[in-house]
Amino acid sequence: EQVPAAVLEHLERLALVDFRDAEGVQRLREAVRFAERLHEVDTEGVEPMDSVLEDRCLYLREDDVTEGNCTKELLKNAREKIEEYFVAPPGNIPLPKLEERETFEQQS
Amino acid sequence: QVSAALREGRVGAGELCQRCLARVRGTGLLNAYISVAEDAALLEAEEAEKRYRRGQPLGVLDGIPVAVKDNFNTAGIETTCASNMLKGYISPYNATVVQKLLDQGAVLLGKTNLDEFAMGSGSTDGVFGPVRNPWSYSRQYKEKNPSKSHSENEDSEWVITGGSSGGSAAAISSFTCFAALGSDTGGSTRNPAAHCGVVGLKPTYGLISRHGLIPLVNSMDVPGILTRCVDDAAVVLGLLAGHDPKDSTTIQGAFKPFEIPDSIDVRKLCIGIPKEYHVPGLSSEIQALWSKATDLFKDAGAKVIEVSLPHTSYSIVCYHVLCTAEVASNMARFDGLEYGHRAAMKQSTESMYAATRREGFNDVVRGRILSGNYFLLKENYEKYFVKAQKVRRLIANDFVKVFGSGVDILLTPTTLSDAAPYVEFIKEDNRTRSAQDDILTQAANMAGLPAISVPAALSKRGLPLGLQFIGRSFQEKQLLTVAKWFEKQVKFPVIQLEDMKRHDCNVFQHQKSVS
Repeated sequence: EQVPAAVLEHLERLALVDFRDAEGVQRLREAVRFAERLHEVDTEGVEPMDSVLEDRCLYLREDDVTEGNCTKELLKNAREKIEEYFVAPPGNIPLPKLEERETFEQQS
Repeated sequence: QVSAALREGRVGAGELCQRCLARVRGTGLLNAYISVAEDAALLEAEEAEKRYRRGQPLGVLDGIPVAVKDNFNTAGIETTCASNMLKGYISPYNATVVQKLLDQGAVLLGKTNLDEFAMGSGSTDGVFGPVRNPWSYSRQYKEKNPSKSHSENEDSEWVITGGSSGGSAAAISSFTCFAALGSDTGGSTRNPAAHCGVVGLKPTYGLISRHGLIPLVNSMDVPGILTRCVDDAAVVLGLLAGHDPKDSTTIQGAFKPFEIPDSIDVRKLCIGIPKEYHVPGLSSEIQALWSKATDLFKDAGAKVIEVSLPHTSYSIVCYHVLCTAEVASNMARFDGLEYGHRAAMKQSTESMYAATRREGFNDVVRGRILSGNYFLLKENYEKYFVKAQKVRRLIANDFVKVFGSGVDILLTPTTLSDAAPYVEFIKEDNRTRSAQDDILTQAANMAGLPAISVPAALSKRGLPLGLQFIGRSFQEKQLLTVAKWFEKQVKFPVIQLEDMKRHDCNVFQHQKSVS
């Protein structure tokens, strides 16, 4: 069962992780095939289970500030920053299609 | 016992720490530790020693050396998850469970090795290399596997620890520390415990805080406890369990730490033997051991019955879908911006993220992210993800039915066989191995139930075999009581470790000291 190339590309864009090579794609195909076994189970009338603690109430605490003010600490781990900002490359530029990707990256 | 020794002054906490650190150095070949916090540990030990001299120890764990799996955040000590993505990452905070240990005076020796991001069942897929099972260097193993000629061959016969908390299991098994934290999502604490001949406890989901544990599957992860005996596990559990306002998935009822009684009467117990756990691939040795254990309980007067958990065979498939889906979500935070590895790419945010993740994650992690995203696609969501959630309920209900019919504890094997030699293990890929090895442990995570692996006997090859007990939600006291009784009956042999320095040709460069 082939996963269409369009879906593969879509996945790479969603996950921002690439398959890298045919082995990666093969791995996905096997993962999907493996998952097909789920359809052998009759789940008529069964509710999906989100959490084993579904019968309990979530804990809500008072809306008081108990900790924070740790900007310096948090910024320590970032590679690129300016004053109190994390620095990112320009956004709103979609990941290019597979064919165009190499040239795009070379412009870096 | 060591706690009593500290209290009575027979040994000082500082000396104890020194000895354990020396052991860590002496067992470097095992590659159990990623970071060793020598200076910090010695300081903590010094403080503990002062407290003991004043007669005011913080508790049972004061001055006791412990190790923590490297997917728990530790302030000031590198937390890597055995991945390039987090190499060099120094967390600004301690995971709640780490903080609790430190507040009790425990001496944190270092962070232990694992499969990258806890994905795997061998502790072989991390960037710092595989962990070696200490039993590979035991007299018991060597006697049953005489090496062909000289040391060259000996070095290729070492066996894996199992995973993904292999480093923690190896650390305990080789006497470098007295308690270690692991994590358990599909069996990652119990599997290596069984292979390394130590006790591995997976507590009920919601009992111990996950705050600070780098998440894999939010609805199944739990911190795991590894110790050399069941009593120790109970002690550590007592100190770690309880509601944490920082983890909204911890339950609110007050947890009462308990001591397991010394004399235990199993006659009022009903032990269930799930027939679906007789899986193909279960070694005949483990089958026999399981039978023997069953007889042990029967002879002691317990009621032992066969039960059925009909959806057991689907638990791996279900886990496969739910795990990859949650992983896809949880790994999305690694984009190079706030912490961790960052690629040099500057063209656009998306291309930087993509490059960072390509460089930071290994194939296993990337594979799971992609699979997970596939199952979460709009056109697949109902078919796979929601379907898996429904199957999850069926699996959980199987347990509810069985425990509701009068069964107190389930007894099953933990692993299919004893530990495989590394060279054999790596012949199959990570996903295949995980699917095979998690089969007996996974369902307990699905249902959120407590489970414990107890070392039971040595195999024909001289390696540990463990058996698993699964209990009712939040009934850890009963679970550990039965486990302790069993432990007393089987009298599992102590590992007779031989000097590893002879084999230590390549000193592992990355095992650095962090102050």
